[in-house]
Amino acid sequence: MLFRKFSLAVYALLILIPLLVVVLTSVKTLQQTFANPLGIPEGGLQFNNYVNIFQEQTMAGYFMNSSIVTLFSVSLTLLFAAMIAYGITRLNNWFGNLLFLLFTLGMMVPAQVSMVPLYSLMLDLNLTNSLVGLILVNIATTLPIAVFILTGFMKTLPKELFEASTMDGAGNWKVFTTIVVPLSLPSLSATAIFLFVMHWNDLLYPLLFITDNAYKTLPLALLEFQGQYATNYPMLFTGVIIASAPMVVAYIFLQRFFVAGITAGAVKG
Amino acid sequence: MKISKSIYLFFIPGFILYSIFFIYPTLSALFYSFTNWDGFSPSFQFVGLDNYSRAFTGDSIFIKSIGNNLQFMLVVVILQTMVALAFALIVLKNTKTTIFLRALYFFPTILSSVSVAFIWSFIYDPSLGILNQLLELAGLGFLAQNWLGNADMAIYSLAITQVWFHAGQMLIIFVAGLQAIPQDLYEVAKIEGASKWQTFRKVTWPLLAPSATIVVAYTTIQSFKAFDLVFAMTRGGPNNSTEIIATYIYEVAFRGFQFGYASAISVIFMVIIAIITFLQFKALRSDRISY
Repeated sequence: MLFRKFSLAVYALLILIPLLVVVLTSVKTLQQTFANPLGIPEGGLQFNNYVNIFQEQTMAGYFMNSSIVTLFSVSLTLLFAAMIAYGITRLNNWFGNLLFLLFTLGMMVPAQVSMVPLYSLMLDLNLTNSLVGLILVNIATTLPIAVFILTGFMKTLPKELFEASTMDGAGNWKVFTTIVVPLSLPSLSATAIFLFVMHWNDLLYPLLFITDNAYKTLPLALLEFQGQYATNYPMLFTGVIIASAPMVVAYIFLQRFFVAGITAGAVKG
Repeated sequence: MKISKSIYLFFIPGFILYSIFFIYPTLSALFYSFTNWDGFSPSFQFVGLDNYSRAFTGDSIFIKSIGNNLQFMLVVVILQTMVALAFALIVLKNTKTTIFLRALYFFPTILSSVSVAFIWSFIYDPSLGILNQLLELAGLGFLAQNWLGNADMAIYSLAITQVWFHAGQMLIIFVAGLQAIPQDLYEVAKIEGASKWQTFRKVTWPLLAPSATIVVAYTTIQSFKAFDLVFAMTRGGPNNSTEIIATYIYEVAFRGFQFGYASAISVIFMVIIAIITFLQFKALRSDRISY
């Protein structure tokens, strides 16, 4: 029993200490960090790094780009995936199964497999250095997992529901919006959170397609701070905190949904 | 019951995007793998299987990156699955404390790879880092070293980071799997006088196999996709000692401008993942029983 408690505490500290160090370092100066990397400095704490990072970097712009890309990527992936899942569930025939297979096969292919031709395609379509380009690629690459989760859920809905309303003369779109979507909310919200975490944190596609500062998202900007600030960890960690803040706040309030969502993605992915 | 043909319209937006930005590039990778395209010139030649034979016979870095990737995968899969399962067994019951702890263990999963990379670069920093300082404090100063700068050590340092990053997520999957095991089976085991180990071996483990399959398969795929983390922490260095297949594809394509060759590596990458996934499902399926 004692050993169990001890293990739990050790694991908890392994998570907590690095996080506390990040927060603490972000309110220290570089000199204080070099003099005493882990302790609380003598000169007291200061918030200049937060002021400086907003002055030296177009942080607000990166923040905005990440928000726009995440918002549209998540909502459109969710909409298109839900439509496909509804179509597959409704058809319930070889064609639906074939589409389902086509999408689920996509889950197995790592993004790095197609990144080379995708890059030249984006150049040809003039979609590099464009938030729209990022959103389109995000939708296409996360559709498989979303279709998979949502189809799995919709197949559990009683068929009679669709059939009764179709008999009442409701068209597919009406059945979809008034019956299927409301009933699928648990699954939709889990998928939304899974997609939110994925798109907010994505590095690969911005790294490939964005070179202009005006279109950079937070993870890419953060990565490039490394080149600029080298081992100036106070600045790097200030960036880390700003970039993670929305996710952490959302996690604190929606913890149960996060765990359910990300696990659904994993279990089904 | 007849369904209106309008149902086919529901596939259109998603299918179009999926075809253009996913299926087409994935198939093009196969096409370009037989060419010597540099990614920019308007023309290129077909070179047959040259790219493939070069990958396997003339490119020691590629072979090394496969080895590194397998090494990384093995360490992560073994360590992460053990940590996740061991802790899942402890925080299994729903109490205030365990719910809090699960949320805490899960926390790193929501961070971006870049953030995690920075945090662990600081931990591993040879002069500023916590790790070396802790070792000094514990009187183990002789173990202190440049964790990411030492070519023999770096891949393990990255593997530990990956476990810190994702073990909490796997723990949650195990908890869900464990909670789904019918309690009466444990009652029976108790009445029969089974020891703790026997109960685990005969009841928990077989019924946990589906969760274990998921965890192992997912962890494996994750360790092949660890591009972001490796890219942000070591860029494949020092001396290509942490080059994994994904980072190597990026190098060859976007630093070496050999799109044809990079495409061939991508195709091999896909085949490797397909084989490993297939083998794992086969191995773990045989351990499954139904109840």
